[in-house]
Amino acid sequence: MLDINDLQVCVGDRQILRGLTLTIGEGEVHAIMGPNGSGKSTLAHVLAGRPGYEVTGGSIRFKGEDLLVLAPEERARQGVFLAFQYPVEVPGVNNTYMLKAALNAVRKHRGEQELDAMEFLQFVKKRLEIVQMNESFLSRGVNEGFSGGEKKRNEILQMAVLEPVLAVLDETDSGLDIDALRIVADGVNQLRSAARSFLLVTHYQRLLEYIVPDQVHVLADGRIVKSGGPELALELEMRGYDWLRGQDAA
Amino acid sequence: MASDNQHIEDLVRKDYAAGFFTELETDTVAPGLSEEVIRFISAKKQEPEWLLEWRLAAYREWLRMTPPNWARVKHAPIDFQAISYYSAPKSRKDAPKSLDEVDPKLLETYAKLGIPLREQEMLAGVAVDAVFDSVSVATTFKDRLAKAGVIFCSFSEAVREYPELVRQYLGTVVPVGDNYYAALNSAVFTDGSFCFVPKGVRCPMELSTYFRINAANTGQFERTLIIAEAGSHVSYLEGCTAPRRDENQLHAAVVELVALDDARIKYSTVQNWYPGDAEGRGGIYNFVTKRGECRGARSSISWTQVETGSAITWKYPSCVLRGDDSVGEFYSVALTNHRQQADTGTKMIHLGRNTRSTIISKGISAGHGQNAYRGLVRIAATAAGARNHTQCDSLLLGSRCGAHTLPCIEVRNPSAKVEHEATTSRISEDQLFYCQSRGIGTEDAVNMIVNGFCREVFRELPMEFAVEAQKLLGVSLEGAVG
Repeated sequence: MLDINDLQVCVGDRQILRGLTLTIGEGEVHAIMGPNGSGKSTLAHVLAGRPGYEVTGGSIRFKGEDLLVLAPEERARQGVFLAFQYPVEVPGVNNTYMLKAALNAVRKHRGEQELDAMEFLQFVKKRLEIVQMNESFLSRGVNEGFSGGEKKRNEILQMAVLEPVLAVLDETDSGLDIDALRIVADGVNQLRSAARSFLLVTHYQRLLEYIVPDQVHVLADGRIVKSGGPELALELEMRGYDWLRGQDAA
Repeated sequence: MASDNQHIEDLVRKDYAAGFFTELETDTVAPGLSEEVIRFISAKKQEPEWLLEWRLAAYREWLRMTPPNWARVKHAPIDFQAISYYSAPKSRKDAPKSLDEVDPKLLETYAKLGIPLREQEMLAGVAVDAVFDSVSVATTFKDRLAKAGVIFCSFSEAVREYPELVRQYLGTVVPVGDNYYAALNSAVFTDGSFCFVPKGVRCPMELSTYFRINAANTGQFERTLIIAEAGSHVSYLEGCTAPRRDENQLHAAVVELVALDDARIKYSTVQNWYPGDAEGRGGIYNFVTKRGECRGARSSISWTQVETGSAITWKYPSCVLRGDDSVGEFYSVALTNHRQQADTGTKMIHLGRNTRSTIISKGISAGHGQNAYRGLVRIAATAAGARNHTQCDSLLLGSRCGAHTLPCIEVRNPSAKVEHEATTSRISEDQLFYCQSRGIGTEDAVNMIVNGFCREVFRELPMEFAVEAQKLLGVSLEGAVG
């Protein structure tokens, strides 16, 4: 489903990813952990197509196709979703309006009928339950004046609406208290399916207690230095990252 | 980043969708301005002697004045002798009594612009006083308005049918010598709209006028006068668009509003005149004087404008808050793209006690557009307890445009409260990427962000106008960021 091969990425003069290779199969949940500055968020952004990241080598294939040639909106329509670490405020733009515009852009791409306002409302109401949000959420400006937890829940709501094939969660757990973390994790778990893969980018093992991954990878100095099962996360929690530095992928 | 700017420019570069020209035979006076021309206009319109004298007085004032040079706009000097001051569609001697009598070509033009009068008449419940060049050719819904006692007609008709009302109010808000362009308008205006809402009447429908400039080299000098008697309410919509022309066309309208005790006037404008091409050639010069006077206690006047057109906009819809407890509002969206220049804002003149005013201005600049907010809040010594809140936000798209905020505050009463907030921002790449990463294309994303930026103003517009305004912004910006 997702094949990243020897990916090299620069930001300005600085090389961030130095030959990252990763394969995620259909319906799998992978977690990427690693110290600050290891390139975790860069990977997330490159997958979504954020401007400012230069891919200098390697490839990313998504459902067998070259992902790197696609514009960000095309990737989204193909089913790539990025839950932002710092969701942006879009003042004055109604949350419903943006969700509906996004969903209809994706549906149009899939050759499905666009939803009208009433149909969309029906559709989104069910999705709200997934993240335990009430309807008042819909009429507010996109992330405008949202608390940290609300912003993250809003990201999961967007994911629930867009029903992506690959969801990349960039430090979705950061800045969340334990209750909000539980709600977000619950939402993600409800959205797990055989047809949907996840890439969880996180600092802490805590998130993985709630969302149990199939595989855990450790990213250090721009490449994956160790991969393993969920137990790897626990080991990292105890030993830190230093012992892995300089090692090559297992 | 160069590539981003290029992308922004590609997006901004979008041709004016309403650029076409209707061929109509016109009854046009030779270019030039003199007392004879004014006498000709007045005679052509069979005006009473007092109005001719009023025009001539304005003309004499105008001769003594010089064009204003304080605005942040640049243009070559205007040759007022090169302008033709009268142009009327040639048709039957009698004005048409229904749409059936209107020149079919004219109706076609409206249809192209998406303003089907018939449908409006049937579906929208909006009375339309359509101004094509200088003479009103279609007026609808008169009966229903007449039943309510509301007078809504062309200015010429008002002069003929209600001369005393016109005489009583004309020039009392914008005196003939108020400013250079107002004086010119007073001397040579050819037509416009007149509305009178009697005591205690709530106008049963939104009133609207579509202005359209067509014949070459014919300045448009519209005159609008709206009077709301004690306790009455009226909402007036003005929208316009013009066909593509190569030469600059001067438009110098005057709008006067009078609100008596407890009256409310809401005046909404969506303006989309031809802005010139990407190099700034052609396009309308829109030098307009709009002012309302809250003459009575507890009266209110609210201006809402969405300005996307014109090569140059010079416009300051203002409120004179004379009545105690009266309220003035100004909500504005001004967008400049390509080489457009806008110097716009408002004046809130607080004279009465406990008068309140609100100013919300949203300026959007793209391409090489220059956008200035110019505002005056004046609290007179008599205006005890007056309050004003001003918010000016500017949004920049690309790196070659400009936004300027020029607020002026004069307070002569110590009990007044005046607040001013201003922000300038760019559409951030983060916002754009956020929208894109949800599947929304760049243009739609820009459109969405800009519309969000303008939301506080759009929500003041009547529903159907708000939809139109959003579309208009979309068309005007198609092309603006990356």
